[in-house]
Amino acid sequence: MTATQEPAAQQEIGRDRRRKEDQRLITGRTRWTDNITLPGMLHLAMVRSPFPHARITNIDTAAAKAATNVVAVYTGADLGEGQGACINAWPVVTDQVTPAHLPMPIDRVAFAGETVAVVVARSAAAARDAAELVEVDYEELPAALDLKEAAAAHENGGAIAHPDLGTNVSAVWRFDSAEAGTGGDVEQAIAEARENGIVIEREYRQQRLIPAFMEPRSTVVDPTGEQITVWSATQVPHILRFAMAATTGVPESKIRVIAPDVGGGFGGKLQQTPEEMITFAVARRLGKPVKFTETRSESLLTAHHGRDQWQRLTLAATKEGRVTGLKVDLLADLGAYVAIVGGGVPVLGAFMFNAIYKFPAYQFQTTNVLTNKTWTDAYRGAGRPEATFAIERLMDELANELGKDPLEVRELNWITHEEFPFTTVAGLEYDSGNYEAATARAKEMFGYDALRAEQAERRARGDKVQLGLGVSTFTEMCGLAPSRVLGSLNYGAGGWEHAEVRMLATGKVEVVTGASAHGQGHETAFSQIAADRLGVPFEDVEVLHGDTQISHKGLDTYGSRSLVVGGEALVRALDKVIDKARPVAAHLLEAAADDLEFSGGRFTVKGTDQGMAIQEIATAVFAAHNLPDGMEPSLDSEATYDPVNFNYPHGTHLCAVEVDTETGQVKLRKYVCCDDIGVVINPLIVAGQVHGGLVQGIAQALWEEAVYDENGTLVTGSFVDYLLPTAADTISFEIDHTTSPSTTNSLGTKGVGEAGTIASTPAVVNAVVDALRPYGVHDVAMPCTPERVWRAINEGSPGGETTEAAMPHFDETEGGVQ
Amino acid sequence: MIPAAFEYVAPTSVEEALAALAEHGDDAKIIAGGQSLLPVLRMRLNAPEWVIDLGRIDSLRGVRDEGDHLVIGAMTTHHDVGQDPLVHEHALLISKAITHLADAQVRHRGTFGGALAHADPAGDLGAPARALGATFVAQGPGGSREISAEDFFVDLFETALSDDEILTAVKVPKYDGWGATYEKFVRIAHQWPIVAVAATVRMDGDTIAEARIGLTNMGSTPLRAQAAEQALVGQPATEEGVAAAAALAAEGTNPPSDLNGDADYRRHLATVLTRRAVLSAAGRG
Repeated sequence: MTATQEPAAQQEIGRDRRRKEDQRLITGRTRWTDNITLPGMLHLAMVRSPFPHARITNIDTAAAKAATNVVAVYTGADLGEGQGACINAWPVVTDQVTPAHLPMPIDRVAFAGETVAVVVARSAAAARDAAELVEVDYEELPAALDLKEAAAAHENGGAIAHPDLGTNVSAVWRFDSAEAGTGGDVEQAIAEARENGIVIEREYRQQRLIPAFMEPRSTVVDPTGEQITVWSATQVPHILRFAMAATTGVPESKIRVIAPDVGGGFGGKLQQTPEEMITFAVARRLGKPVKFTETRSESLLTAHHGRDQWQRLTLAATKEGRVTGLKVDLLADLGAYVAIVGGGVPVLGAFMFNAIYKFPAYQFQTTNVLTNKTWTDAYRGAGRPEATFAIERLMDELANELGKDPLEVRELNWITHEEFPFTTVAGLEYDSGNYEAATARAKEMFGYDALRAEQAERRARGDKVQLGLGVSTFTEMCGLAPSRVLGSLNYGAGGWEHAEVRMLATGKVEVVTGASAHGQGHETAFSQIAADRLGVPFEDVEVLHGDTQISHKGLDTYGSRSLVVGGEALVRALDKVIDKARPVAAHLLEAAADDLEFSGGRFTVKGTDQGMAIQEIATAVFAAHNLPDGMEPSLDSEATYDPVNFNYPHGTHLCAVEVDTETGQVKLRKYVCCDDIGVVINPLIVAGQVHGGLVQGIAQALWEEAVYDENGTLVTGSFVDYLLPTAADTISFEIDHTTSPSTTNSLGTKGVGEAGTIASTPAVVNAVVDALRPYGVHDVAMPCTPERVWRAINEGSPGGETTEAAMPHFDETEGGVQ
Repeated sequence: MIPAAFEYVAPTSVEEALAALAEHGDDAKIIAGGQSLLPVLRMRLNAPEWVIDLGRIDSLRGVRDEGDHLVIGAMTTHHDVGQDPLVHEHALLISKAITHLADAQVRHRGTFGGALAHADPAGDLGAPARALGATFVAQGPGGSREISAEDFFVDLFETALSDDEILTAVKVPKYDGWGATYEKFVRIAHQWPIVAVAATVRMDGDTIAEARIGLTNMGSTPLRAQAAEQALVGQPATEEGVAAAAALAAEGTNPPSDLNGDADYRRHLATVLTRRAVLSAAGRG
């Protein structure tokens, strides 16, 4: 078999298959972790710190222990080292400052929401009731809350998140193209531009976001078998098993982790959480099955947050608008602990600020800072949305400075399609792409020229509703990741993926993948791939995943890797099955193996009508009555694939907004995108990924922000104040694709899970700023609230950080009787 | 999200409910549609020992015509009030406000009286009630009394109801032929209003004969924009005619500052939304 798809009677790849998994996922009649109930199972409730930084001086658990149906109450001191630890898998520098992270601290809390005691009871209600009886005495400590202040605290005596460490700076990671030999000297480029060119200097805020997956996290641990079984709502069952084993001393072979159906993650379930470790520890201590399911409030408060950066940016260009250098200086808020990827998130952005443009010189630095807030880690795009936002905003600023159309300035600087493969100033080799084609198509769909004309007309008329057009010509690196690259970055694991194919006696096929779906549609897409490759019906393929005893090898799902890495592993395993079947077919058909061709699921003898279906061969191999001499009676095959490169989806996103200049309200008018994600396996799944991704990115631009007050309390602690959009807040998107197949995997696919989120945020903000250019506005802080937009128009203020309290909507004390 | 344990009683008459209230007093909370109380209980912001459910008292449900006014039973759901032809004909402003109230699920569970008695200044019904000069009927151990909308709302989550009283109905005078608009300003659809303006207008040809305007979330209670109302009388229903009067809408208000906007921004919004609401109510928007 060659690596490309052959025309089949009913080609599955490219087909709009409705998802196999939707019936059970949408109705909820399935194995969500919280649906799992075991005989004699106990329930946990966490007692959490209300203070962002405090010494625990006493914990009185007597009343809670005495409560009805309470089995035990444990503090950090009770569980001690036996609880294991939460690991950081990516120390980005060798001298990274990494606070020890006990799942339940013994003497000091470092963020509001940290667990200080756990109640074990016979029902969830009894556990929750008793948790209120645990008396904890705290001695408050100064809290490091503001990112900029925290970054300088070691110099000016400010609050230190972990006083023993003496600094809040966890790491300073740097890339310089002159030092790396991938480009020139950025300081020189900037100096030259100051003399005789254009320098754009900006500071942008990437506000803190909350992943807000649909299913709150839940963990069930059953210690009663030979292996300890852990069910958890996680994206990363394999990584979780490794981390549990590595930090508790329980042999990896004695732990089975199952991620049953998981209701979303967006990176938010790419974690080894304190709650998982506490549940594991309690189950082992009591020898009984236990369950912990968090509330939505706990989820918003303690599940890791995302983004949270300050970005200082300097872009140098010639007077004609050709970019000559880019300097990026980030402050990244890690929160209270360095999470599993943690400080690696800004580093993932390091290779993307230069984006699709031919910068001759580039420098990136991130200062990763600890604060007394909820920890941060991967959130849909992880480092790349931040980078894309910065560069796409800067390109619009450059266009404005030049008085040119923003697309024209981009075209002047982007890599042309003839130039692929192209090695960027950040050292990556982009394998394929066609920015011209995607942009031309997006412009056509958008009606770009007509909208520009309408904008001019509204401006001339002084319309109270102004039109703004925003551009984002993004690319991203996805398909994490070549193991050698990860090694060079000091990441603690590889980036390969594993797949197995089992040919059952009845002709059905089991596909096992190490990727761990949590809503993406792997079961459908992987079935399509296997059906095409083997020539078996789509319905006959069963996809198994998310259980470390079934899918014993894998690196799970994140970074748009499942299809481009896991899919390639699957293709290779499928090809091995065909290779194994060929000599059996030859033997049974009494032909030479070289005379056989495989197509549409059948081996046929060339030039004859003699043939055998792959299912018949599977049955024959099962019986093993008549196999070639010495042949092992099995077609089952496996493959582990380590990618040779990332891959690089790209696209042109165009957004039109209407800004009500009287109120500052921003209304989406039109959004089109043309994404190049290579070969599409299932257009319906892709459309879903793009739509959802767009909304998540638009939400960063307009609505979402995790806000802490000066006491370190999360003000946006419920969906009353953390503004998650619904369908009512969005418009119909128009999406299309150009296709430049990836050259580094057999199917020519590229990742799509994060593309919409990465691309859309700057498109929207660029549109808002574009609408306000006549008012002298050059920035509006995210989220672009109506108030911020209104103040930008009237006061020229871009709007700073939000620190206000939330408006109460529920009576916490007495008040109205009804 | 598990509430603390509580005892539950669901009387079938107002008298029984009052008796339960008298018996349990401070330890009791009344539940109507539960759309505000249940989140409070589930988040354990409050833990009453008794919950008295009015849901089985049929006499508290429904809308009826009593000549010069309508009577809306306190336990009538938002959905039922919103769909009621009498309300649409005689108190259009309430119908309009309900189309903006929360979402369909909440409108089918939440009740007219429950929301008003909750007295959230960001609730969508207080401003229409004030604009229309509604009267609140409270029943207590000593019988029934009527409270004007002006007096009913005392402070944030605080009404003139005594601890031993139950809101049984709201009387709304008829505004036949008046135009009405509820202008609600939100960032996302299911949010509480940052500011909203409830306006109802009686036209005399092209001129505004009378206007009544209620303000949502412009202070600790729903308010009436009386200065604007007075200034609108006799004005032509044009952008210019209305703008000057609408500019008075925030007079005497004391709006909150929070995540969604500072007080000065809310004052500004009140003037813009009032202009739009009045023009729209006058059929010119």
